[in-house]
Amino acid sequence: MAVRIEQEEHHIIAHLSGEIDHHSAKEMRETIDFSVESALPETLTLDFKDVTFMDSSGIGLVMGRYKLMQSMNGSVQVCNVSDHIRRVMRLAGLDKLAVIEK
Amino acid sequence: MNTLNQMKLSFLSRSANEGFARVAVAAFFAQLDPTVDEIADIKTAVSEAVTNCIVHGYAEKIGVVYIHAKILKDNIISVKIRDQGRGIEDVKQAMEPMFTTCKNGERAGLGFAVMQSFMDSVKVSSKPGKGTTVILKKKIASRENNAQ
Ligand SMILES: Nc1ncnc2c1ncn2[C@@H]1O[C@H](COP(=O)(O)OP(=O)(O)OP(=O)(O)O)[C@@H](O)[C@H]1O
Ligand SMILES: [Mg+2]
Repeated sequence: MAVRIEQEEHHIIAHLSGEIDHHSAKEMRETIDFSVESALPETLTLDFKDVTFMDSSGIGLVMGRYKLMQSMNGSVQVCNVSDHIRRVMRLAGLDKLAVIEK
Repeated sequence: MNTLNQMKLSFLSRSANEGFARVAVAAFFAQLDPTVDEIADIKTAVSEAVTNCIVHGYAEKIGVVYIHAKILKDNIISVKIRDQGRGIEDVKQAMEPMFTTCKNGERAGLGFAVMQSFMDSVKVSSKPGKGTTVILKKKIASRENNAQ
């Protein structure tokens, strides 16, 4: 599985793994949205620890989840991003939308 | 001739080939001994261009994506990615950051911006109804002088 969901009270952590591109993003998106829409958490954390590659499809994935969480007055956190993925995210200004932790 | 080595690749516009295409191109350039960062830059830029052929160029159809990768003099690499799909009416507008024709909110409109930031030059030519060609170029620093 490319996404493992960990659920706490008011908080969902989605552990992403592998390569995020247009091909893989769809399934990740569907898995995350399904659990967010059923648990209605206050915060969603996207854990990039095991992500080995990401292109702009990953930016779309984070932005889309940001919009979803905002529509429920929640927030998104992004953690464990590698230097390369951080560069892709900075390009998109994602560091201003979501809290990016080391 | 300026071309020291080259390879050509063509494949169907199925999304499963996105990963194959970027890995194949990166593997071809491995002979220049690029750094880990340079490999990541090349893979990301190629992934953007190939994904655009699949998502926008051919959209619902299945067509052929063509890649022509070259090693030029002075450690310069060139990758041409081409489709024979829908084409782009206004290339300048398409290349503006955040511009996307995707309506479901899942695309950022940053593919060209990523290519421009990770490569030294990005050239796009397109004809509506005929297809789109993207040429990416980058000078590889390489840890030692080799491949000559
Ligand atoms: N090969 C192509 N054929 C037809 N149209 C294209 C092609 N490549 C790009 N475009 C057009 O240019 C626009 C911008 O492309 P770009 O890659 O920057 O963003 P995107 O693909 O929409 O989103 P993202 O790449 O961030 O997921 C696209 O929305 C599309 O309209
Ligand atoms: Mg794109």
